[in-house]
Amino acid sequence: MEGGVAYEQGLNLKATELTLGLPGTGETEGQGGVRNNNKRPMPTSETNEEESQALKAADRGRAQIVGWPPIRSYRKNSLQEKKMYVKVSMDGAPYLRKIDLKVYRGYPELLKALEAMFKFAAGVYSEREGYKGSEYVPTYEDKDGDWMLVGDVPWDMFMSSCKRLRIMKGSEARGLGCGV
Amino acid sequence: MNYFPDEVLEHIFDFVGSHKDRNSVSQVCKLWYRIESYSRQKVFVGNCYAIGPERVAERFSGLKSITLKGKPHFADFNLVPPDWGGFVYPWIEAFARSRVGLEELRLKRMVVSDESLELLSRSFPNFKSLVLVSCEGFTTDGLAAVAAYCRQLKELDLQENDVEDHRGHWLSCFPESSTSLVSLNFACLKGDINLPALERLVARSPNLKSLRLSRAVPLDVLQRILIRAPQLLDLGVGSYLHDPDSENYNKLVTAIQKCKSVRSLSGFLDVAPHCLSAFHIICPNLTSLNLSYAPGIYDNELIKLLRHCHKLQRLWILDCIGDKGLEVVASTCKDLEELRVFPSDPYVGQAAVTEEGLVAISRGCQKLNSILYFCQQMTNAALITVAKNCPNFVRFRLCILDPTKPDAVTQQPLDEGFGAIVQACKDLKRLSLSGLLTDQVFLYIGMYAEQLEMLSIAFAGDSDKGMQYVLKGCKKLRKLEIRDSPFGNAALLMDVAKYETMRSLWMSSCEVTLGGCKALAKRMPGLNVEIINENDQMEFVGGCDDDRQKVEKMYLYRTLAGQRRDAPEFVWTL
Repeated sequence: MEGGVAYEQGLNLKATELTLGLPGTGETEGQGGVRNNNKRPMPTSETNEEESQALKAADRGRAQIVGWPPIRSYRKNSLQEKKMYVKVSMDGAPYLRKIDLKVYRGYPELLKALEAMFKFAAGVYSEREGYKGSEYVPTYEDKDGDWMLVGDVPWDMFMSSCKRLRIMKGSEARGLGCGV
Repeated sequence: MNYFPDEVLEHIFDFVGSHKDRNSVSQVCKLWYRIESYSRQKVFVGNCYAIGPERVAERFSGLKSITLKGKPHFADFNLVPPDWGGFVYPWIEAFARSRVGLEELRLKRMVVSDESLELLSRSFPNFKSLVLVSCEGFTTDGLAAVAAYCRQLKELDLQENDVEDHRGHWLSCFPESSTSLVSLNFACLKGDINLPALERLVARSPNLKSLRLSRAVPLDVLQRILIRAPQLLDLGVGSYLHDPDSENYNKLVTAIQKCKSVRSLSGFLDVAPHCLSAFHIICPNLTSLNLSYAPGIYDNELIKLLRHCHKLQRLWILDCIGDKGLEVVASTCKDLEELRVFPSDPYVGQAAVTEEGLVAISRGCQKLNSILYFCQQMTNAALITVAKNCPNFVRFRLCILDPTKPDAVTQQPLDEGFGAIVQACKDLKRLSLSGLLTDQVFLYIGMYAEQLEMLSIAFAGDSDKGMQYVLKGCKKLRKLEIRDSPFGNAALLMDVAKYETMRSLWMSSCEVTLGGCKALAKRMPGLNVEIINENDQMEFVGGCDDDRQKVEKMYLYRTLAGQRRDAPEFVWTL
């Protein structure tokens, strides 16, 4: 394959080559083996917790490998139909949004997504004091029609009882112990 | 045997059932070839492009049943572009012209148009059985034609097909005089169903043994159907959403209790899990259970259900069962022979089962011979233990969701683990690999997997040697499919004659070049070497440039029919 390499060196095709690695990981190809196919780089054991979380999140965000895992599209589609869209309103915002609760694995992910969507910071949650350090408080309406603080009940219970979300702001929020 | 009249030989051959055996019989001598050919009623064609329908009809004049497979296996995972091929119409048309007495048609991964279904229903007055697996190209209009004109229809079995739904009236196309149905499976249909027509159809089909419903069939209809058909052996529940306190639910419980013959249960496409206890009463009779389309069943409800299934031989489940759930299976299902654990969340890539679940199963289920296991991680130690506990595997398919993940404990490649599997399982016919793998695993496969017929490789190996070990060692290999592995021309061209002993070879995202493929095609005129050139990536220039052009997707297969004439523009046959 020497001819191929010379061709590539002249035009620096490497720089524009499409791979499935994160940007900047191309340099590791020389190490440990001759493999140069489209494999995703693995986080090393030295990677700290934060980095590997970010990598995992990036993994989910970016495109999956085509045809992997090897299951029929019929099966993939039948699982995907389980969506749980709920409305999300924020006090003062001109229109509502909708999110699919099934996409999130737990409260931290949900809150991050809401913060990004509405450009606010939720503060730190504690059972005793609710969300501290912010004038915004995430709440939800449950099956009984009551407005509850997001985060009190186990995630699964929240998923099955949440009808809609509302991000409360300001004086109304104070009653829920946001500590501002 | 030369002294026996033909009828005696024919009668003896009647006892020879399997295709392999009948093929062997036909090669003994000309006389046996002739008799076997006209007496064979069931024909299996593993690649619809390996031979033309006219030739099949001519050789097997007594043909009643045919099984055809079309697209390569990796088409199931979107690696083959639509319009690649695999059309059934020419077969139906040729058989109609040759006046074949067709009674049964079984298709897998083929393109089936409404026109072909209409032609089928009008051309064969004795047609009894239509089985379509992973097919596409037809709508409910085609089904309506089958229902209306196949007067002797016994079996309509639609498995995981992509069907365009035009309305639910196809069910009402079964004439009132039609009472012959034995098996009806329309679970994969997405649209509404004419429910009264369904109920009437079930009511007038006393021989109905297998019924698999779609999502569109609600609980109250299910209950009435079960009352009408307590003789069912195989039931696929469609929708199972209800209020446990309702009268409907109580009626359902009564109806289920009457279904003492049900041995196989599946479906639960939409489900409220806390009401599954209604089915506990039939669980002890079940030999086959498929809950792999029911992500709504998990945790305690699932475990409770499984604890009643002592006689289970076949279990298809989602990975939300978890390792703990698999331990329950291991202690309850002592007769288990086949297990499939599918990922419940394929997009996120977090499977809920690990090597521990697999080891638990291997300890508890000594009769296990077939497994498909999607998991989070694997270890060599686990695979070695599994090999020791279950040396009877005939099919072993492992899929780690991260395809190049090493041993989760030692960070080593999984070569030793898979090596143990192939060494212990002397009857292994089918193997799928995943995880971090070097050429070493292929050395083991070539050395030990003597009965291996089908091998699936993804993201594995270091060099051409890997593929060469396999081609050299696996004498019974029929199907080899490889993706994203560093095998190139040296491996491809090592033993070109071997490909005529195999059904097919698929290589995608490997290192083979256009030059290599052209060289292969030139030396082996009995093969079709197809290059799939999506997005016009390649140029058919010729000369030394061929060796710079890596081939993205290559599919080659032996054939007696020559180059196919229905190939689309993006498929080059070299």
